[in-house]
Amino acid sequence: MKTLRLERLGWIFMRLSGVVLIALIFTHLTVNLMQDGGVKAIDFAFVAGKLANPFWQWFDTALLWLALIHGTNGMRVVIQDYVLRPRLRKVLLTLLAVSTVTLIVLGTLVIFTLDPCPAGTPADLLPSFCPAV
Amino acid sequence: MSELGVVQSFTVTFIVRRFNPETDTEPYWQDFDVEMFSTDRVLDGLHKIKWDQDGSLSFRRSCAHGICGSDAMRINGRNRLACKTLIKDLDISKPVYVEAIKGLPLEKDLIVDMEPFFAAYREVQPFLQSTSKPKKEHHQTIEQRERFDDTTKCILCAACTTSCPVFWTDGQYFGPAAIVSAHRFIFDSRDEASQVRLDILNSKEGVWRCRTTFNCTEACPRGIEVTKAIAEVKQAAISGVRR
Ligand code: HEM
Ligand code: SF4
Ligand code: FES
Repeated sequence: MKTLRLERLGWIFMRLSGVVLIALIFTHLTVNLMQDGGVKAIDFAFVAGKLANPFWQWFDTALLWLALIHGTNGMRVVIQDYVLRPRLRKVLLTLLAVSTVTLIVLGTLVIFTLDPCPAGTPADLLPSFCPAV
Repeated sequence: MSELGVVQSFTVTFIVRRFNPETDTEPYWQDFDVEMFSTDRVLDGLHKIKWDQDGSLSFRRSCAHGICGSDAMRINGRNRLACKTLIKDLDISKPVYVEAIKGLPLEKDLIVDMEPFFAAYREVQPFLQSTSKPKKEHHQTIEQRERFDDTTKCILCAACTTSCPVFWTDGQYFGPAAIVSAHRFIFDSRDEASQVRLDILNSKEGVWRCRTTFNCTEACPRGIEVTKAIAEVKQAAISGVRR
């Protein structure tokens, strides 16, 4: 660890990602929950419409990765602080790592592979740009 | 009106956490009523208990004037020096709780094993290291001396380290006092081993475990800005020492 200095890297990352997360989280909350009808406007069409737009795809990817890695590193520190039994600590850290990787992989897949216009769905549930069937 | 020249005294109840390793399996609280003056200190109360009521009460003290660092203890839940805590500054309508500092192995009553604390202190190489052998004394400007003045005041009482929640849960952490002692030399213009100390404090249990709780700054009986000193060491570990 002396050469890599992982703990130092983690400390710097928490601060840098925190600053970026402020911008991402508040943009996310404003766009999803306050603009154009607010939280009531969220439905499949709204989400699928956003995820069909490359800007929101990359925005949500950044939010997903940064929040998950930031939160995971934070939880790692908390576990190190409070869990002193080595076995239990290892189990929790492993569960944490597995759940983070799963969520990052699944989330990223959804962001980039979601079909905004599934066949056979009534048009009023779909984003406006879907071709009429 | 009270008689001229007679100083008023009060009965103060001390509730002291006792532990005798030879007879007790668990520490327990014991109360003592002591006649005290408002100019007395908690240390005087402990003396009165030990000398007049129960000679088995064990605690460390040496100078009794806030400079040897041997009587740090938890007084009403805060780490203080018993010899610097005046009775008039406490609310004596309630009992005064006194117990050993936390996070170090309890030996007896208010005495803990300080060895893990001093081991961390030794590890940061708290002594001046200089290869140059000047014919005259080392020169240092007022500003260069000022840079580390605050951390020269440490008396190694362990009040800060044993107030730190990270130290409580994981005794591996170097703790604020060791970082304060490293700071004392890292920012000394005459010293040449700053990088060695920063490498040591860059380790897994080094400065990065600090979570900026400020308990240490609040606990320090010398008024050292401990959390600030730790932040300056972090800064130096990231972007180099700026003296
Ligand atoms: C508003 C944006 C955010 C900022 C500015 C921010 C900032 C920070 C900083 C600087 C730390 C390090 C604290 C320390 O080392 O002393 C931290 C810790 C942490 N963060 Fe965030 N964060 C933000 C959002 C999030 C989010 C969205 C999550 C959850 C996914 C999260 C979870 C955590 C956790 C679990 C910790 C560890 C807690 C601890 O050290 O006690 N944070 N955060
Ligand atoms: S920094 Fe203050 S509280 Fe910590 S050991 Fe030194 S004198 Fe005691
Ligand atoms: S007895 Fe020396 S500091 Fe209190």
